Amino acid sequence: MIRLNCPVCGLRDETEFTYLGDATARRPKMDETDPKPWVDFVFFRDNPRGSHKEYWHHVLGCRQWLIVERDTVSHDISSSSLAKDVSA
Amino acid sequence: MARYSAFSIFKNALGGNRGWPRAWRDPVAKPQYDVIIVGGGGHGLATAYYLAKEHDIHNVAVIERGWLGGGNTGRNTTIVRSNYMLPGNTMFYERSMRLWENLSQDLNFNVMMSQRGQFHLGHSPAQMDGLRRRGNIMRAHGIDGELIDRAEVQRRLPYLDYSENARFPIVGALYQGRAGTARHDAVAWGYARAADRLGVDIIQQCEVLGYLWDNDRIVGVQTTKGDIRAPKVGLAVAGNTTVLAEKAGVRLPIETHALQAFVTEPIKPFIDNVVSFGAAHFYISQSDKGGLVLGGDLDGYNSYAQRGGLPIVNHTMAAAKSLVPAISRQRLLRHWAGAMDMTMDGSPIIAKLPVEGLYLNGGWCYGGFKATPAGGWCFAWTIAKDEPHKDNAEFTLSRFEQGYQIDEKAHGPQANLQ
Repeated sequence: MIRLNCPVCGLRDETEFTYLGDATARRPKMDETDPKPWVDFVFFRDNPRGSHKEYWHHVLGCRQWLIVERDTVSHDISSSSLAKDVSA
Repeated sequence: MARYSAFSIFKNALGGNRGWPRAWRDPVAKPQYDVIIVGGGGHGLATAYYLAKEHDIHNVAVIERGWLGGGNTGRNTTIVRSNYMLPGNTMFYERSMRLWENLSQDLNFNVMMSQRGQFHLGHSPAQMDGLRRRGNIMRAHGIDGELIDRAEVQRRLPYLDYSENARFPIVGALYQGRAGTARHDAVAWGYARAADRLGVDIIQQCEVLGYLWDNDRIVGVQTTKGDIRAPKVGLAVAGNTTVLAEKAGVRLPIETHALQAFVTEPIKPFIDNVVSFGAAHFYISQSDKGGLVLGGDLDGYNSYAQRGGLPIVNHTMAAAKSLVPAISRQRLLRHWAGAMDMTMDGSPIIAKLPVEGLYLNGGWCYGGFKATPAGGWCFAWTIAKDEPHKDNAEFTLSRFEQGYQIDEKAHGPQANLQ
């Protein structure tokens, strides 16, 4: 069981969250007409072996989106913060 | 090396079984090969075997970081089936099934292929419509599929929950009689031995660190045992595909996720077939040793750890108990996880990569084991001829930018849902 530190609710089990994935993927501007950045955004990922920034949704808690930095081998979590505070 | 036969068993038994030679050599890597396959699992070894057998390319090295079949080849639930319905998938998996059916004879190694039949259960009229469509597509391609109703499912699988209060009542099933199981370790060993007999060098405990370049072209690999050169390098390293592709500067539509499998303590013969639950992602069969083999969902978050988390253990056991109430007091003997290449459409990639000299067999998601023979066969074709066979022509990398995804489950570009 991974436990995530929600800045609002404290340390909670992973089963309270849903996972979205890579938080470094950036949607192109809506007026972007080149298909390449869209293909990159929709399909392609760095998929690092090690530290990974990712979105988790505290869906059975405060319903906030979190950005969690987690190691994909050890599952050690180095940071977690509210997404709205980070990506603005 | 000697052929295995009834006579060789008899002869060696008389000698106290002390005369068996080793099944494959342990060679020192040569400095130069025609083809290097990175990854000594089922797909890599099968590729080397078919390169030698079908394309007369014998100067091949298979390089493995750990030991043969120590990755996903040894971590699956051993199920073999060909009930796919999208163009690109259907005939590929059927090619695999046809290779499976003669694999023990072809390799002269008993892979314990057991065509015990697979039931894919349906739990609503709508789901039965979907299974009917799938079954019709299979039959139109010459693949066996049989739609059966609830009474017939109950006759054949009396141990499932048919009670009034079953949360997901069983309405019927799509049955593929030629589906079944095979012994996963034996598949790796059989391909290794057969490839070795055709001159392939299998080099274990040798990690690939990077590539050798000639301008923009890959001409070999740097390994922990030194540089090895070859004009063609094929990757068959599911789970770590993106790690090795990144070293060549190639980005892929793949995330790595952990998929768990479970074995219970052995019991007497109980589950004669492979049964897939249609209401949750769950499947069950019984090994020849008697253990029930169970599989379920991904853990759900990117993971290279070859171990799983407890929430999925709980989830899978809940599905098991819901489908087969009689096993509620069975105890688990072992559970483990493999690192899956999850692509963004749930289908694999067998293709030349944008870097000259580099080829990829990966992105197998849940389905790598059943695809082992055809994956190797088609990958060997692609490497030897520098173009895909028609059975893997759709498994390109460019399909994502062209809009030709093969999304069998229609889950969209979300790797952990595929």
